[in-house]
Amino acid sequence: MKNIYQKCKAHLGPVQAGFAALLVGTALLLTGCHGSRGMDPFQIPDEFDTEQNYEITFWAKNDTNKTQTRIYEQAIEDFQTLYPNVTVNLRLYTDYGRIYNDVITNIATNTTPNVCITYPDHIATYLTGTNQVVPLEELFVNEKYGLGGSEVRFLAPTPEEIVPQFLEECRFGGHYYALPYMRSTEACYINKTYVEKLGYTLPDTLTWDFVWEVSDAAAAKSEDGTYLVNGQKVMIPFIYKSTDNMMIQMLRQKQAGYSTPEGEILLFHDTTAQLLRDIAEHTKKGAFSTFKISSYPANFLNAGQCIFAIDSTAGATWMGSDAPLMDISEDKVVEFETVVMPIPQFDTEQPQMISQGPSVCIFNKSNPQEVLVSWLFVQYLLTNQVQIAYSETEGYVPVTTKAQTSEEYQDYLSRSGEDNTQHYEIKIKAAQLLLDNVGHTFVTPVFNGSASLRDAAGQLIENTVKSVRRGETVDDAYLEKLYGDVTSLYRLDQLIGSNGTAASGKADLGPLPWTSVLLLLSLGGAWILIIAYLAAKFLAGTKNVQKKEPHRQRNKQ
Amino acid sequence: MKKITSLLIMCVLVFACIGCGKDGGDAKSEGVMTYEEYMAVPTGDEQQQVVIEAYVQAKQSWWENKATVYAQDKDGAYFLYDMACSEEDYAKLTPGTKIKVTGYKTEWSGEIEIIDATFEIQEGSTYIAEALDVTSLLGTDDLIKHQNEFVSFKGMTVEAAGKDDSGNEVAFLYKWDGSGQDGDDLYFNVSLNGNIYTFTVESYLCDNTTDVYAAVKNLKIGDKIDMEGFLYWYEGVNPHITSVTAAK
Repeated sequence: MKNIYQKCKAHLGPVQAGFAALLVGTALLLTGCHGSRGMDPFQIPDEFDTEQNYEITFWAKNDTNKTQTRIYEQAIEDFQTLYPNVTVNLRLYTDYGRIYNDVITNIATNTTPNVCITYPDHIATYLTGTNQVVPLEELFVNEKYGLGGSEVRFLAPTPEEIVPQFLEECRFGGHYYALPYMRSTEACYINKTYVEKLGYTLPDTLTWDFVWEVSDAAAAKSEDGTYLVNGQKVMIPFIYKSTDNMMIQMLRQKQAGYSTPEGEILLFHDTTAQLLRDIAEHTKKGAFSTFKISSYPANFLNAGQCIFAIDSTAGATWMGSDAPLMDISEDKVVEFETVVMPIPQFDTEQPQMISQGPSVCIFNKSNPQEVLVSWLFVQYLLTNQVQIAYSETEGYVPVTTKAQTSEEYQDYLSRSGEDNTQHYEIKIKAAQLLLDNVGHTFVTPVFNGSASLRDAAGQLIENTVKSVRRGETVDDAYLEKLYGDVTSLYRLDQLIGSNGTAASGKADLGPLPWTSVLLLLSLGGAWILIIAYLAAKFLAGTKNVQKKEPHRQRNKQ
Repeated sequence: MKKITSLLIMCVLVFACIGCGKDGGDAKSEGVMTYEEYMAVPTGDEQQQVVIEAYVQAKQSWWENKATVYAQDKDGAYFLYDMACSEEDYAKLTPGTKIKVTGYKTEWSGEIEIIDATFEIQEGSTYIAEALDVTSLLGTDDLIKHQNEFVSFKGMTVEAAGKDDSGNEVAFLYKWDGSGQDGDDLYFNVSLNGNIYTFTVESYLCDNTTDVYAAVKNLKIGDKIDMEGFLYWYEGVNPHITSVTAAK
């Protein structure tokens, strides 16, 4: 709606603009059941009102990890002790996608949470609601309530104490719309025992060639149908958890196009096609599969049925024979030496890996005091006690140098391998991997539609692997059709404007033709009819559908 | 006499046809696999196309024109994951409805399922499966032969599922490790002959407004219970329970 309105505004004269605004306003009024999508910009109050009680909601993501839940609960309890007139209600999710879907739904009904763990890609979509997400840069530096401000009742980090690269990941459209909460990257968890059994030695830097070669070798079977390397009937040598990341990182390492910062989509080109052909070739040899097709890489790795498992460093506690978290039964676990390394590279001189992990944003509300409370709570999530405690639950790293350099965190890192719980070696090594490679991390451009583009990148791999397993040929014709299907599935063609970039509503296209004005009026009329129809249907009470994305058991990330 | 005999034969045929229509045992259409043929399709490195006919037993969810459905006929059961389905058609998938499904057989953490499927509603017969008592099969290799079927478990004992923050043993957990909240999947442990099994109330199949969700939340360690549900698999047996009652 914002885009349409801005486009109209750029093309219409004052009378036309007024009429269009009236039309839009009328439509919004009539769409009462959809709620308001526009809000006034947030203004920082001069003083925090401690006389009134405030209740805010916090939608958080955890990795189905009870300790993480406890840390959120403890943080809320401690914050409420510091601010007795505030109540924070926690709602937990285990999936960024579901938070995203729920936020989108709640924007329409003006019932967004106050504070929300999310990805910048998703925030870009939330921004289509006018002033829905609070820009934070003025809050950062507010003398009283800013980061480390004079009236803040706890030891918050200063802006300089947030890792600059992580903070920068939260800036898009000229504003900081989030703060980083935790950071992770992807890692390759390796069964070193089997690599060496196959006659290979792990290189200092993992390469795609090495991984493919060993994986192809591991797919060899004996006459009785069992795999030579493990003597079992199952072996998927290389499993990738997040194929969107796989494609994104491969393209980045190849210095090939994905998208521009403005939202121009560059995904579909010859380099992508060649990568898909390579993936198809190794899939055909039985060397590769994905989480969506086969299941969690950790389950196969720990059962001795996988050699290279690529997953988030935030999944490290599930990886290895001695992993503290395990989904498979004890009798299925195979003893092997686990090694954790950065993801494979095309150019070992210039390693590239994705930076990921939760960020936290604040939704605007009509009461600025409520927003200020949200901001104070977000700051609290960046204190050392929350940052260090949460990062230690998985292979996360704290987002502040204040926490990273603290004695407590350094002591934690130094005790790697002391036990298989708090100091589980693979988990701490995974975190250390990111700490050592912050300079080699990157993020993809954020724009309205970037979440869809990310999904499309992964879908290219998923479809290719499925097709190979179904005996289809992956050739030029196949890839051309695949590009078309994926473009259509994720409506990428609708994101692309006349200048080839994602619709931003900023292009000056000259005066709006009268036919377009007529079209807009027709659209307005159509909306009224649609709303009337939906209202009638709603009143009829005919709907009873579980509109939920089906989830796999024990979704742990 | 001939007339009477003919009439009797005709009646027998008519009743036989009606009977078939009611018990899910009617012959498969042309090109449709029997359950035996379906189970013979491998699920290794390849994904083969399968065509089956079965009756909807329960619906788990609908999302972005995809439905996840439990289906069964008298010979066996099928788990239809993310099957292409409009919201309008989803409303038609009431328990007992016969559907013809074309998709790919695959395995995900031990669960045999059909993915990337399309379906057509078949008019005519309907079938609702009676719960098969598989209590005696728990812990045996024969249990998996009934994967995805509507089954029952009798006289099992509720065991501790874990501990709460105060260190007290609890009879159920929100999510498998207790990290969830009301509305999430419920996990609880039940035992038989000294062996403990983890059962689940899948929150999309039975949400927190259902009787079974409330019943599990009221369980006490040591309770003797009977259960019904679908024999789902995740790295081992992990039934999706739809009913819990005190053991008879």
